[in-house]
Amino acid sequence: MIKISVASGKGGTGKTTIATNLAAALSARGKHVAYLDCDVEEPNGGIFLKPTISAKSAVSVLVPQIDLEKCTFCGDCAAICEFNAIAVLKDNVIVFDSLCHSCGGCYHVCPEDAIKEVPRQIGEIQIGAANGLKFMEGRLNIGESQAPPVTRQLKRGMPASDIVIIDAPPGTSCPVIEAISNTDYLILVSEPTPFGLNDLRLAVGMARELKLPFGVIINRSDLGDNLTEDYCKNEGIEILLRIPFNRKIAEAYSDGRMACHQSDNYGENLYRLYENIAGRITND
Amino acid sequence: MILAISSQGPTLESMVDPRFARAPYFIIYDTEKEEFEAINNSENANAMHGAGVQASQELMSHKPDIAISGNFGPRAFQVLNSSGVRTALWAEGKVSEAIELAKSNQLEFTQNANVRGHWQ
Repeated sequence: MIKISVASGKGGTGKTTIATNLAAALSARGKHVAYLDCDVEEPNGGIFLKPTISAKSAVSVLVPQIDLEKCTFCGDCAAICEFNAIAVLKDNVIVFDSLCHSCGGCYHVCPEDAIKEVPRQIGEIQIGAANGLKFMEGRLNIGESQAPPVTRQLKRGMPASDIVIIDAPPGTSCPVIEAISNTDYLILVSEPTPFGLNDLRLAVGMARELKLPFGVIINRSDLGDNLTEDYCKNEGIEILLRIPFNRKIAEAYSDGRMACHQSDNYGENLYRLYENIAGRITND
Repeated sequence: MILAISSQGPTLESMVDPRFARAPYFIIYDTEKEEFEAINNSENANAMHGAGVQASQELMSHKPDIAISGNFGPRAFQVLNSSGVRTALWAEGKVSEAIELAKSNQLEFTQNANVRGHWQ
């Protein structure tokens, strides 16, 4: 099983377009493919793949529940909490669930055994299928701040297949790290703008820190400047594919249609890109 | 009566800070003894999350009756409210002016948090 993650640093460069079309192109060419939407704060791969959902499961985290009969208001639980999720007052304890990172520290330090850990639902996982490919999506509930537990559970349920495509969220922080960790190859989708380059640099730093093999796709490669090309050249980073701007693709995107159905080239190029990557992964 | 006032500086001549839990200082003022103490809040002011929880919890050791600030976030308000501390909205001048308003009962109290939490 080959796991390929698609990330970008900057939002709006075309991660989901690449991830969904790569998954569809591979599936159309006979591969058993699973697509995992790990952009759990804003999953949108389903808009393009249009899966039929067959199962849903809840994602929960453990949060402290205080037994005020046993509590002596010593404050040890609040003191150990790095995220200020507990306020111990004179005769009351307030737990702010949304700040809790479920480390269990409060539960362990409580000298009175007054803390119980109880599950709290923060999101949901959907499983389905779309034109022969397996589809999974994580969705963090609105107002919740912790994406990683949803992503972790989503990846744990990864279905058996030849290839897993992981659509990561934008940025370079915990939700992205959780999505791309333990994958075999990372595709960074960038655009030739100063903003795209700035965030590409951050994403490259992340990939190197995680020791993930990676390469870059420059999307809308004929718009903007040459700084991204120059940067990749200077850093010895492989440019896997350059995708020129195409109005038909942009229109399809805004209609929720797949780019690879608009142009034969689109899917074919992504398939070749996969073969290029896969050859190297098995050679390693 | 003990007042806790969010302040931009450590003196009575400092301006009241419009933010409660992310203010650099709190001035604790005792209206009977006419004494004050400045508390450095910089650690909470720069907290990633939960500044309101921590700052308001720490203030409780001073047993304030009234907290004065331009704005109270949801968590700070909940901690203050459930501890019986009244919350007054005022940040139009110096700490000393806020104290005078409190003494002459001219403060307006709020029954709810009036702003959302940081990062929300």
